[in-house]
Amino acid sequence: MADQSMTAEPAGPAGRAPGGSRLSPRKKQRISRGVQYVILIAAVVAVAFLTNWQGLAQNFAKMDVARQAFPDVFTVALRNTIIYTVGGFVFGSLGGLLLALMRLSSVRPYRWIAIVYIEIFRGLPALLIFLLILFLPLALPGFEVPGGTYGQGVLGLTIVSSAYMAETLRAGLQAVPKGQTEAARSLGMSHSRAMISVVIPQAIRIVIPPTTNQFVSLLKDSSLVLFLGVSGEYVELTKFGNDLASTTSNATPILVVGLTYLLVTIPLGYLAGRLETRQAKGR
Amino acid sequence: MAHAVEIRDLHKSFGDLEVLKGVDFTVDEGQVVCVIGPSGSGKSTLLRCVNLLEQPTKGKVTVGGVELTDPDVDIDAARRRLGMVFQSFNLFPHLTVLQNVMIAQRRVLKRGKNEAERIARDNLDKVGVGAKCDAFPPQLSGGQQQRVAIARALAMDPELMLFDEPTSALDPELVGDVLSVMRDLARDGMTMLVVTHEMSFAREVADRVVFMDGGVIVEEGPPDQVIGAPQHARTRTFLKRVLDPTHAEDDVSAGQDGAAADSPPAR
Ligand SMILES: Nc1ncnc2c1ncn2[C@@H]1O[C@H](COP(=O)(O)OP(=O)(O)OP(=O)(O)O)[C@@H](O)[C@H]1O
Ligand SMILES: [Mg+2]
Repeated sequence: MADQSMTAEPAGPAGRAPGGSRLSPRKKQRISRGVQYVILIAAVVAVAFLTNWQGLAQNFAKMDVARQAFPDVFTVALRNTIIYTVGGFVFGSLGGLLLALMRLSSVRPYRWIAIVYIEIFRGLPALLIFLLILFLPLALPGFEVPGGTYGQGVLGLTIVSSAYMAETLRAGLQAVPKGQTEAARSLGMSHSRAMISVVIPQAIRIVIPPTTNQFVSLLKDSSLVLFLGVSGEYVELTKFGNDLASTTSNATPILVVGLTYLLVTIPLGYLAGRLETRQAKGR
Repeated sequence: MAHAVEIRDLHKSFGDLEVLKGVDFTVDEGQVVCVIGPSGSGKSTLLRCVNLLEQPTKGKVTVGGVELTDPDVDIDAARRRLGMVFQSFNLFPHLTVLQNVMIAQRRVLKRGKNEAERIARDNLDKVGVGAKCDAFPPQLSGGQQQRVAIARALAMDPELMLFDEPTSALDPELVGDVLSVMRDLARDGMTMLVVTHEMSFAREVADRVVFMDGGVIVEEGPPDQVIGAPQHARTRTFLKRVLDPTHAEDDVSAGQDGAAADSPPAR
């Protein structure tokens, strides 16, 4: 019935739209879309005419400069970016799991310690943490971060990521239904055995998509290693691009480095999205 | 001889809410006791106090001569002797059916892999889901999942099985499979404490029926007496509701609970 009246209307005499207005909704929509295209084309034409393409190409896409970036952008810089990120991710996940378990502990001081840590290091800019590490030897004479430059970079990223991971993992642990623990305990498992065999494996599955996103943001944060004053074989992508841009007085290396980041981050982001939809379906 | 289960003056409060107000009863070895009663009367809480998923506020729970409420008792060791089956199955979704039945054997009883697997398969066969060993729980029907849950508990060789409304979450046509497994178990001499709304099952299988209301035992005895010829008005009202749900409103006057449950006729 409703269908009939819907189809009957457009079939009626042209121009007889409801409310007595001159334009049918469909016509209005077409005009509106036309206007949007006109604006877009005008903007593109304006940008095309007003931009100094030659200058841009000279500065951002100079082939011989770009060539200088290879192969080191992959063999050194990307490799180091991945080392810093994976290191920070692995230690951050372990630290985050520990913090999450402390946060959910029945021992009150553990909860407090975890809360204080999480609040502080989620609230501070990552850059500040790297500066802190830089000045650590001044505050604690004789102290040295194990692992040298890699150790410093990984430490900074670990501090940042463990605070975020703690919250993600806590949410994951809490998302595991209480009946799971009860079933495990009723089979005679101890609290920690139930955690290890039943709750944590399920929590990890739950947090894989958000964790993948966290890995991506950690990868971007690894650029802050730049502030540790690393050089030579330790440079990661951003530092590498910055150094090469300075020596060549040209911005092309920044573009190359940017594309290299995207080469990793876009597929990972896509993967996280896929995992998320798969999980949503599995529920 | 000592009772298989002995509950003395059991109290349980959640904050200000007193859910169990002094429950006493016993289950002898090989007996099947069914607990019936209206929603919220404390049946689940009672069962959960028996294996200490809930810590009783007061009172004594003794299973197989061991007092579980003794603060010095190794509760993990004590729980191993009790199997529990939940209304919502609570299978481990990240493990296959076989692994579900093996994991506690391996991690708690420290059985070897082959032994655990053999016992798991035996128990899965016994409950009629032996063909589903490699499936994951979400791929199974509710009735199959509940039978896996029973096998999981049985694989630990419990002295006592606790069932909390094991068929309430099932589609009607799947209830029978689970009940028949439980019937077999009872026939084999398992000591069972069963919270259920299946009156025909209780009548057929139970040695004793316990009717609970408002956190106390109102009436208990052989099924023919409690279900067949109840002495108390509250029991009669409850049974009428369960056995003849369409005429439940006829009894609004019978108890305060009923009056609260039925919404006013407005709208
Ligand atoms: N963990 C808890 N915290 C607070 N209140 C609770 C808790 N568990 C149960 N209760 C309350 O205790 C009362 C009895 O609950 P219980 O689950 O034992 O009832 P039941 O007889 O099993 O009912 P049903 O037939 O609906 O399962 C209810 O009022 C419930 O809200
Ligand atoms: Mg219940």
